[in-house]
Amino acid sequence: MALTVSYFAWVRERMGIADEVIDPPADVATVADLVEWLARRDERGALAFAEPGRIRAAVGGAMAGPDAVIGDEVALFPPVTGG
Amino acid sequence: MIRVAVQTGAIDVAAELDIHDAGGHGASASFIGRVRGDDDLIELFLEHHRVLTEAGLAELAHAAADRWALAALTLIHRVGGMAPGETIVLVLASSAHRAEALAATEFLIDRLKTDVMFWKRETFADGRVAWVEPRDGDQGRAERWD
Repeated sequence: MALTVSYFAWVRERMGIADEVIDPPADVATVADLVEWLARRDERGALAFAEPGRIRAAVGGAMAGPDAVIGDEVALFPPVTGG
Repeated sequence: MIRVAVQTGAIDVAAELDIHDAGGHGASASFIGRVRGDDDLIELFLEHHRVLTEAGLAELAHAAADRWALAALTLIHRVGGMAPGETIVLVLASSAHRAEALAATEFLIDRLKTDVMFWKRETFADGRVAWVEPRDGDQGRAERWD
């Protein structure tokens, strides 16, 4: 199933793109699965997702933890630093 | 009245206060966050998510309005590149009395630092570029409101 993934801040810089549509294998069910799969997929993924503990996610527009089931849209980013 | 905005243009604090204060509220509190020029910083760049950032600000504003009796609330955050001295964020909260206005202002700026999708990147005079790391102190201040 097509999944739109967007990246922000240093995750975006390390991935070299702001977003992409991917088709991960069926066993990629959660945010943690997706991060692990992206880290294994290629060199830039390995760089961006070397430390999964530093990655935050939003699924379908809402903040989501590593165990959240992915829908058709996921954003991956570092902890926020606004204000 | 709740006003929330994310903008690339400069924040005109005086003009925003005029709009916010039109109701002549008993007590108005404000927080203005500006870019610090520490360590020869020449530019601060704020990245955001074009949908989720504004939604996050609105959610935060409504959480404050649910918690305190507020007559008006303004939450404006700038994004893009900015120079030392420029305003990054403006929080205005008004109520009949000072306690609610001051508490809501502090809640909003504390939570904004940990709950809303903004990322800061610093560029220094020597060419160094670095993404700002979250600070434990910010997390602690935000959790006081749980």
